[in-house]
Amino acid sequence: MDLATTLTGFVALYIFMLAAFTGYEIIGRVPAILHTPLMSGSNFVHGIVVVGAMYALLNATSTVEQIIGFVGVLLGAGNAAGGYVVTERMLEMFKPSDKKSAGDAKKA
Amino acid sequence: MNLTSEFIIDASFFAAAFLFIYGLKRMSSPVTARSGILVAGAGMLVAVLASFLYYFGVNDAALPHLGTNVVLAAVALFLGTAWAWWSGKRVAMTAMPQMVALYNGMGGGAAACIAAVELLRTNAVHQTIPLVLAVAGALIGAVSLSGSLIAWAKLDGRINGVWRIGGQQLLNGAVFLATLGLGIYIVFVAHGHADPAIVAAFFVGALIFGVMMTMPIGGADMPVVISLYNAFTGLAVGFEGYVLQNPALMIAGMVVGSAGTLLTLLMAKAMNRSVSNVIFSNFGAAGSEEQGEIKGSQKPAEAGDAAINMRYASKVIIAPGYGLAVAQAQHKLYEFVKLLTDAGVEVKFAIHPVAGRMPGHMNVLLAEAGVPYDMIYDLEDINGEFKEADVAVVIGANDTVNPAARTNKSSPIYGMPILNVDQAKQVYVIKRGQGKGYSGVENELFFADNCNLVYGDAQKVMVAMIQAVKSLEGGGH
Repeated sequence: MDLATTLTGFVALYIFMLAAFTGYEIIGRVPAILHTPLMSGSNFVHGIVVVGAMYALLNATSTVEQIIGFVGVLLGAGNAAGGYVVTERMLEMFKPSDKKSAGDAKKA
Repeated sequence: MNLTSEFIIDASFFAAAFLFIYGLKRMSSPVTARSGILVAGAGMLVAVLASFLYYFGVNDAALPHLGTNVVLAAVALFLGTAWAWWSGKRVAMTAMPQMVALYNGMGGGAAACIAAVELLRTNAVHQTIPLVLAVAGALIGAVSLSGSLIAWAKLDGRINGVWRIGGQQLLNGAVFLATLGLGIYIVFVAHGHADPAIVAAFFVGALIFGVMMTMPIGGADMPVVISLYNAFTGLAVGFEGYVLQNPALMIAGMVVGSAGTLLTLLMAKAMNRSVSNVIFSNFGAAGSEEQGEIKGSQKPAEAGDAAINMRYASKVIIAPGYGLAVAQAQHKLYEFVKLLTDAGVEVKFAIHPVAGRMPGHMNVLLAEAGVPYDMIYDLEDINGEFKEADVAVVIGANDTVNPAARTNKSSPIYGMPILNVDQAKQVYVIKRGQGKGYSGVENELFFADNCNLVYGDAQKVMVAMIQAVKSLEGGGH
């Protein structure tokens, strides 16, 4: 852990607390219709773990560490890419009714 | 690490954290949801590209291996992305819940890998707090990995039934305590320099616990479990982010951890159960419970008659369930609905929170068929309207419309909110045969006076209904 940034102690706690409230507030307002894409979307977001696995792999010093790091990046990349693709596929299908959008267009 | 690459990394992670939160925010409305995932995706791309800059700041000990490590990283990144992209593009919408479970488990596994590398590094000086979080994240991540794999296998039909042995809870507890004990040993006794065999035993214990915790849970409860593991992975990622001093992981992980926890609670609430009840009770395989005798008989109806009845109704509410998607009948259903709306019938879709295999899953399946989301209503919004409806149609649903949930205290689904289809003037239930629902509970709705059953494969029934209405219109021209 020789990175310059230090996020220890209370600074880390502040980050965790604010992030937790952020997640709570965002999800709290989501309509049930979007629950499946949203679970998938949040699943995609924690795919950021691949970045941590990259760090672990690049800093690997032994064969065992390289193997575990390789598996970590593989799994993390799968999480991120898979989460993105399925979420995008689902959300792409959500469309309002033609009638209504046509009516809105007329009004506008 | 040189200052330029360090600045670029920090700035990229900051941008990623912002884009994730902004993207999730946009996902909270159907209108902006699609742009939300694109925004979050951009954040991911920026962060992953920036992570290659770690190249310039590795430990001295890793320098001799750096060339190999970079190649390994690029290969792993490519293989993981390519496989997930390919599998994600071709998975059927009906199979979405298990696919989300699979990708989620992979994230948990990645978090566990980060912890494993950290715990196996012999040259590091470990401090207690990062060690505690590394071990906690490893435990949670490993449980999420093996648990999600079991959830995936169950929903995908690779493991059938419920696997349960005597003293299951006791055995699970023992495995958990043993794993926890190893974790405590690693942190407080070995101070992060435990024998690799012990570290391996710790991970094996956590993986076994994830399997044992998930095996006894039945299919009906699996969405809650998947959502729980999603929150678990988020938490594990957040913890490992602290270990690596990476704010993007900390923020993204914790946002998902809390959002996933809330989502899990909402789902459990929709089923009128507590999360601990889902994990520790055996509801998913119910059916052995005593059931009162139901009076009356099931009255069959012809698809054509039902269709014409709906054609001349003024208000029709459709309550679809997973059986609709299994029969791949959602496209035909929407074709039929369009005929009805063209004829001036008011049609609405009523979605129970747990319709499908995951909350919101039915919305996705209807969206796939082209049903606009403003025709689709949640349980709370539509339940008051059933008594004004001329016809309620139940397709491939059972437990979510079972009045026993309101009245029969001995029923395992007692207390679960249901769609009040029985309050409509006429109810048609389209189902394959006289079987019971996913929970194995008999449904007294099918025996009610105002209910008729249309037997048959949902897709064939919809085709027959479309023909009936079309021939009617054809005669009028």
